[in-house]
Amino acid sequence: MTEPTAGTLDFTPHPGAAPAAIMVRSQMLMELRLLARNGEQLLLTLVIPLLLLIMGTRSDAVVDLGPGRSIDIITPGVLALAVMSTSFTSLAIATGFERRYSVLKRLGAAPLPRWGLLLGKIGAVVVVETVQLIVLTSVARLVGWHPQGGWSALGWLVLLVLLGTAAFGSLGLLIAGTLRAEATLAVANLVYVLLLIGGGLLVPLTRYPGSTHRLLELLPSGALGEGLRDVFAGLNPDVSVVVVLTVWAVVAGGLASRTFRWE
Amino acid sequence: MSLPAVEVRDLVMKYGEVTAVDGLSLSVEAGTVTAILGPNGAGKTTTIETCEGFRRPQSGVVRVLGLNPVTDARALRPRVGVMLQSGGAWVGVRAHEMLRHMASLYAHPLNVEALIERLGLGSCGTTTYRRLSGGQQQRLSLAMALVGRPELIFLDEPTAGLDPQARRATWDLIDELRGAGVTTVLTTHFMDEAEALSDQVYIVDAGRVIAAGTPAELVHAGEENTVRLVAEPSLDVTKLAASLPDGTIVHERQPGDYAIAGVVNPELLAGIAGWCADHGVLPRSISVHRQTLEDRFLELTGKALR
Repeated sequence: MTEPTAGTLDFTPHPGAAPAAIMVRSQMLMELRLLARNGEQLLLTLVIPLLLLIMGTRSDAVVDLGPGRSIDIITPGVLALAVMSTSFTSLAIATGFERRYSVLKRLGAAPLPRWGLLLGKIGAVVVVETVQLIVLTSVARLVGWHPQGGWSALGWLVLLVLLGTAAFGSLGLLIAGTLRAEATLAVANLVYVLLLIGGGLLVPLTRYPGSTHRLLELLPSGALGEGLRDVFAGLNPDVSVVVVLTVWAVVAGGLASRTFRWE
Repeated sequence: MSLPAVEVRDLVMKYGEVTAVDGLSLSVEAGTVTAILGPNGAGKTTTIETCEGFRRPQSGVVRVLGLNPVTDARALRPRVGVMLQSGGAWVGVRAHEMLRHMASLYAHPLNVEALIERLGLGSCGTTTYRRLSGGQQQRLSLAMALVGRPELIFLDEPTAGLDPQARRATWDLIDELRGAGVTTVLTTHFMDEAEALSDQVYIVDAGRVIAAGTPAELVHAGEENTVRLVAEPSLDVTKLAASLPDGTIVHERQPGDYAIAGVVNPELLAGIAGWCADHGVLPRSISVHRQTLEDRFLELTGKALR
């Protein structure tokens, strides 16, 4: 059988799935294009973190972050925020509307397997996060950020970002797979704002009332924020950071895979 | 005879208390066009989505290309094209982009540009899905079902929302697909669509098949020919029938609207007119009809479509 040449249509059946790697790549690029075209998502993933970073240079005028240079304190928190905005809020909203408009259902009838769809999504999230982290750390350096810890800090950054992505991403899919799209939109944004202000993400735990420390450390936001602040202060993060993020990822991931409804 | 392309036996599907499909059976021969015809809520979409593997049969058996649509989904997906009743694309995706993405998931896809031209989507290539008209969204959805060169396609109301010209173009396309050896299963509540397109029609109502056959068989299995009499309501149909040749059936479809079935000839009309004269009835009209699938449906279900 000959391949169709340009301009001709031969409907004679010739079924077959594309190789898995090609399908996953195509899905990932599709998700990236849609994301890049969506202004609200870009606001969430880049503009807000950048604004907070710039404000961070003068944050003492807004909120007392504690001892030390404010840019050094706020930058790791902004990186943690960037991870949460992409892997949680952005992913949840996009997936919620994919469910709502039967996109997931339709893709489910195409040769792309479900794990391929998930890999495509994870790939897109990781690409966006990489761009975010490069842009944000570059701008932070320009406005005076002095990260400590050298290469070991970079290693920890990669590990904590991956764990944080797994935890937040699982939570995002848990919400998107069970609630209606409108409810997902509301919950994802609300959680974003709540954790940004009160979740130990941007502001060091020491600035919160003493009785809340244990609770905040158990939140994925508190763990990721605190972990990244330790890392760029040249310290090894507490083992509880890794444990907390892993537990959230496993529990939320397990729940999401059992409750996710494709339509 | 070769294996049926689709076989449904005694399918039962319930949503809570509501029974959507109630012991439905059908069989689709490869290379043919089969229409599942029925009013909204008849169970058409549930049936077709069970064949597509979206739902697991609660009772009964579904086989598609000889396989189980749920457990053999991986093997079936490349071979089966699906057009959902609505949605299926990202709201922000461009029409061509969506189709190219679908094409990238298959090993031997159709030429995307040619398919876009064929479906009249050339002018809206860079238009996002949310800005496409309902008809354009339908045609994109149809293109998405075809692009992977499937053996079998399931089309859920493929012409809903299309203007007459686009509808006709879709019919021609489905005809061409049959010529190329593609098996088509479609749902519709348009009688003329089922009559014009399909080799086999299943009339479905309240989750059951109430009649099946070729369009010609279905029409002939009903009243051969019909005279429609419009007059005052509540005439005595038994006495009217008794005054007419043996085998003539009269029933009042709606108040004042009578269907008279039998051998339609000038004598029958004279007989009807004579009975009316004897009983002081002034008909508003007496007309002769060739029965359509629509009449047949009305006769079977006692209700109009939709």
